[in-house]
Amino acid sequence: MSESRNLRTSSLSYGAFVVGGGGLCLIFLIAPVVVAILLSFTSGKTLQFPPPGLSLQWYERLIDPVLSERIHVAAWNSTKIALLAVSLSALVTVPASYGMVRIRTRLANGLEPFLLAPLVLPSLVFGIALLITASLLGFRPSVLLVVVSHLVVFGPLMFRTTAGIAGRLDPGLEEASMLLGASRFATFRRIVLPLLVPGVLAGAFLIFVQSLDNVSMTLFLAPPGTSVLPLRMYAMLEQELDPRIAAISGVLIIVSFIALVAVQRFAPLLRDRDDTGSNADE
Amino acid sequence: MIQSLKTGGLPFLIPMLLLSFGVFIVPFGVLTAYSLTAGEAPGLFGNYIVFFSDSFNVRVVLDTIKLAVLVTVGVTIAGTPIALVYWHGSPLVRQTVIFLTLLPLLTSNVVRTFAWIVLLGREGPLVAMTNALGITEAPTTFMFTEAGLILAQTQIELPLLVLPLIAVLSRVDPRLVEAAQVAGAGPWRILATVLLPLSLPGYIAGWILCFASATTNFVTQTSIGGARQIYLPQFVYREVSTLFDWPSAAAISLILVISTGSVMLALAMLARHPRLVGHV
Repeated sequence: MSESRNLRTSSLSYGAFVVGGGGLCLIFLIAPVVVAILLSFTSGKTLQFPPPGLSLQWYERLIDPVLSERIHVAAWNSTKIALLAVSLSALVTVPASYGMVRIRTRLANGLEPFLLAPLVLPSLVFGIALLITASLLGFRPSVLLVVVSHLVVFGPLMFRTTAGIAGRLDPGLEEASMLLGASRFATFRRIVLPLLVPGVLAGAFLIFVQSLDNVSMTLFLAPPGTSVLPLRMYAMLEQELDPRIAAISGVLIIVSFIALVAVQRFAPLLRDRDDTGSNADE
Repeated sequence: MIQSLKTGGLPFLIPMLLLSFGVFIVPFGVLTAYSLTAGEAPGLFGNYIVFFSDSFNVRVVLDTIKLAVLVTVGVTIAGTPIALVYWHGSPLVRQTVIFLTLLPLLTSNVVRTFAWIVLLGREGPLVAMTNALGITEAPTTFMFTEAGLILAQTQIELPLLVLPLIAVLSRVDPRLVEAAQVAGAGPWRILATVLLPLSLPGYIAGWILCFASATTNFVTQTSIGGARQIYLPQFVYREVSTLFDWPSAAAISLILVISTGSVMLALAMLARHPRLVGHV
C-alpha cells in the first residue's frame, strides 16, 4: 500500500467524501440485489418491503411442479438456449481469438472492431434485422434462430476474454512443440487450448448470464408459444406482482453469486492488478 | 518456423469472420434496404418521412436521448466515489468493490427491475423516506415517473461505468500522485488535476456502454416508465408485435441506431483526441 493512497495524508473533507459518498453509492449499487433476496423470503402475501416476516412459502410454490409448470418449462428452455449459445461460441471464438494474436498486427487491428461491433450495437435492433432477413429467406421464428442471435451478439464476450489470455501466451511453447514435429493444429489442441481454459470459462460464464437474461432478441425470434425465463418473468412483472418472481430472483442471484465466486477464483473477470503483482498483464 | 507462427493465424479466424459478416453485417444491410423501400409509405425514405412528420414521434426520439444523457450523468455522479474507494482502498477493500460491482451486473436485468418496482412503489421505502422528509405527500409513488426510471436505470447501468473506470485507475502510476503531493497539492486538487484527467479514457469507455444500454433497456423502460413514458425500443416493439408494420419498425430501429450511434461516435472521437491521449 503506497503512502500516496493513504487517507491519513488527506484533508478531512476529502476523506469524508470518499468514505461517506463512496459508501452510500456502494449501498445504492447493491441495494436492489439485497432487496430481491429479502423479498423472496417474505411471509406476506404481497411484495411489500420490508417484509412482515420470513418464510420459505414462495420457494415451496416455485418448486411445486404443478403450480409452477410454466416457469419450469421456461427455465428449461432458457437453459438449453444458453448452453447451446455457449458451446457454439466456444467453437467459433476460441480459434478466432488465437488466430487474432498470430496474424500481422495491422490486419488484426482492423478486424478487431468489426468482431466486437455486436457488443455495442443495440441487440433489439439486431433482433429485428435478423427477423426480417430470416423471413425474407423463408425461415420462421425458431429456437435455432434465438440461439444464433445469442451466438452472434454474446459470442464476442468470449472472444474478448480468450484473446486477453492468448495475447500473453509465450510463443516459445508453440515453437518448441512444432520443432518437436507436432502440426500446427496439434500444437493448438495440445498446447494452446489448455492454456486458454480460464478465458474460455470466464467468457462462457458471461455468455450464459447474458443469454439467460435476454429479452429483446428472444422477444422477436422465438416461435409463438415458446416461453423463456426472462419473458416469463417480464410477463409476471407486467400482469401482477406475483411473489414467486422474488423466489426466482433469489435462485438466480444465489446461482450467479456462487458462479461469480468460482469464476473469480479460477478465471477472474477482473483482477486487481496491484494484488497479483501482474502489472504487465495489459 | 517463427515466421509461420506470426502469419499462420488467419485460418483460425475464418469461422468467426463468416459469422460476423453473414449473420451480423448482412442482416443490418437488409434492415437498411428494407427500411428505405418496403411498406406502404411512398418512395425512398417514405417510412422516415412519415415518422418524422409526426411531432409526437420526434418527442419520443428526443426523450430517449434525454433519458440516456440523464442516466449517464447519474452514473458518473454515483460511479466516481466508488472508483475513489477502490483507488484509496486496501487490497481487501478493492476486492470487495470489484465483487459489489460484478454481482449486480451479473444479476438479471428483470430481477433488478423488479426490485426497483418494489422500492419505488406506493408502499416502498423511498416514498416513506421522502414523505418523512416532507418532500412528498402521503399517497404518492415514483413508479411511472421519469425520475424513478432514471434512478433505477442509473443503478442498473452503474457497473458499466465503474468497471472501465477502476480498470483505468488501477494502471495510474502512484508516483504521479506522490509528485503532486510533494509539490504541495491537497487531495481535492490532486483529484481535479491528476486523478480525474487520467481516468478520462475510463469515463469515456463507460459513458459509451451506459449510453448504449440506457437507450435500449426495453424491460426497465416499459416496466418502470409505464405507458406514459414512451421510448424508442417500446415503439419498435409495438410496430412489430401489435401493428405488424415491419417496414416502419425497421425505420425506427435505424433511427434509434443513428441517433444514439452519433452520440457514441462523438464520445469515441473525443477519446482519440490528441490532447486527451497526451494525458495518458
